[in-house]
Amino acid sequence: MIFNSKYETMTREDIQQLQTERLQSTLNRVYRNVAFYKNKFDECKIDIEKIQGVEDIKHIPFTVKEDLRQSYPYDMFAVPLRDIVRIHSSSGTTGKPIVVGYTKNDLNHWSEIVARLLCSVGVTDNDFVQIALDYSLFTGGFGFHGGAEKIGAGVIPSSSDTNIEKQLYIMKDYKTSVLISTPGYAITLASYMAEMGLHPEELHLKVGLFGAEPWSEELRHQIEDKLHIQAYDNYGLSEIMGPGISGECEQKNGLHINEDQFLVEVIDPKTGKSLGPGETGELVITNLFKEGCPLIRYRTGDLASLLPGTCSCGRTLTRMSRVTGRTDNVLIFKGIKIMPSQIEEVLLKAENIKPHYRILNKKEGGSEELEIQVEVSKEILFDEVKKMLEMKNNITRRLQDELGIEVKISFVEPRTLRNLNNKK
Amino acid sequence: MLKVRSLQAGYGKLKVLKSISLHISPGEIVTIIGANGAGKTTLLETLVALIDARSGSIVFNNENIENISPEKIVKKGCTLIPEGRHVFNTLSVKENLILGGYTKIHHRSKEQQQEALDYIYSLFPILNERGTQLAGTLSGGEQQMLAIGRALMSDPKLILLDEPSIGLAPLIVKDIFATIQKLRENGNTILLIEQNAKAALGIADRGYVMETGQIVLEGSADDLLNNNDVQRAYLGKDYKSIDE
Repeated sequence: MIFNSKYETMTREDIQQLQTERLQSTLNRVYRNVAFYKNKFDECKIDIEKIQGVEDIKHIPFTVKEDLRQSYPYDMFAVPLRDIVRIHSSSGTTGKPIVVGYTKNDLNHWSEIVARLLCSVGVTDNDFVQIALDYSLFTGGFGFHGGAEKIGAGVIPSSSDTNIEKQLYIMKDYKTSVLISTPGYAITLASYMAEMGLHPEELHLKVGLFGAEPWSEELRHQIEDKLHIQAYDNYGLSEIMGPGISGECEQKNGLHINEDQFLVEVIDPKTGKSLGPGETGELVITNLFKEGCPLIRYRTGDLASLLPGTCSCGRTLTRMSRVTGRTDNVLIFKGIKIMPSQIEEVLLKAENIKPHYRILNKKEGGSEELEIQVEVSKEILFDEVKKMLEMKNNITRRLQDELGIEVKISFVEPRTLRNLNNKK
Repeated sequence: MLKVRSLQAGYGKLKVLKSISLHISPGEIVTIIGANGAGKTTLLETLVALIDARSGSIVFNNENIENISPEKIVKKGCTLIPEGRHVFNTLSVKENLILGGYTKIHHRSKEQQQEALDYIYSLFPILNERGTQLAGTLSGGEQQMLAIGRALMSDPKLILLDEPSIGLAPLIVKDIFATIQKLRENGNTILLIEQNAKAALGIADRGYVMETGQIVLEGSADDLLNNNDVQRAYLGKDYKSIDE
């Protein structure tokens, strides 16, 4: 099913016309209203009048995460603050978070694109949609919430904070038919079901939409097998909008990009040059239809490719491959992006710690755990148990504050990790 | 139906349109709102080649029409109803209408000519009543009806309307806007330029906001009505409807 055939089945020519119009008006707005872009375009001698088509966008410089961090909190906004009706923020990686503002229209348009995703995998107003994503400053929960309401489905905002057993009871008793979560969380649910003796046929699930972290075809099969559902991928990021940038239809052969709202390019992360269809590189996204804080050529750090050809579902929107990884060594844990340097920063603040550590992302038996092994001095490890426990608690708490996740800290003897590294 | 891409135009050294792109699909009412001097009228005049386009393209029904002559553009089915009516004051109402169909005059039989006139009279019965009266003696509202009628005589597919409500009493404005909706129902596509942004967005499907020769916003009529900038600049912050 197609939610908005006007925008999802346009001819290539019409899409390009619309994208050109929206790119030009967005550039005009950011140049007038956002000091960062005005300075940047002036510095780089970019004459926005010369941007006559979407292909000319390659003359415009990139926006990177650091730019957003330095604009903390509101410097990227293109409208007066009173026009902002919602704030989300991503944890960022290190230091200051990234703040994203939405106007009333932005929220409407966001719901619209999420509704398209849901509709394209067969979700209707007869469904109960259980959203087991973080309902907080992150965009996941609220993004899907708006879209599911837009199509008139019953929304169960169970969030990812609910404990797993309760989550499963809700799913069973409330007759949830659509699950929205991270793929890792779906696997966790499946393994708990096995433990609790809950058979998937006792549930009413038929469809799952999973995103927020890269996942494999292999994992898709596992989820589909264990939960007896059809599992679909979707892609989005807070800086640009949140979920809804692209998503799979029932064909499962690529994620349809909502091109009326986003201009997606793929570049070589090293040279910055544009890559053609089929070539994997870094996704670069431009907001074409956002009022609050539109970004121009934002480097996402996510690796994927644009797919040639069209899909048999009837949509004419360009498709992208599933995200296969990151350009940096960002670790995605339960949908939250974590930079190793963030962890390092916390560790280095603690006393008696050697600057050697190892991060282990353990995915065993369906549960996901982040363990950090740190080298400490021998004295601490063997002589001062009380002090050691105190240190452990301290670091755990600080990491929780900084990253918003619980990690397991374990102390190891000096040299163990170094030797490990040498062996590699 | 109409696709404008990166259009630039101006007068002498003055660049008025700085890279304008817009499109109108068949059957749509699209409005362009903007302050005085934003370049709205210049845009319409460039579309019908009264002003030369310096760069960019105008595609009307898959045909490039930039800088071909105005009468050819009328023949292709794109007609401008200029701001301030510009009816021929010293000619009768009927003569005005017949002149509007000038490009068709050799292609129409007497009966077809009468049919065309009858269609106008069915939309605006008052024009029939005043058929022999000099156009200059009509009221402002009647002149606007005549200007619309005159344009319709050329059997246009796309009608470009420049400020149809200017200088008219609110009640008359309502009639004119009702007529514009009727024209759409009858198969016309309409590009409407209006100072009365609320009325225009009330009947339009989509709109563009123009500021100093640039489009700064595009969206559905609802999007624009919801946009705070539009509300502040064009609707008055606590705007009230002028209907009552």
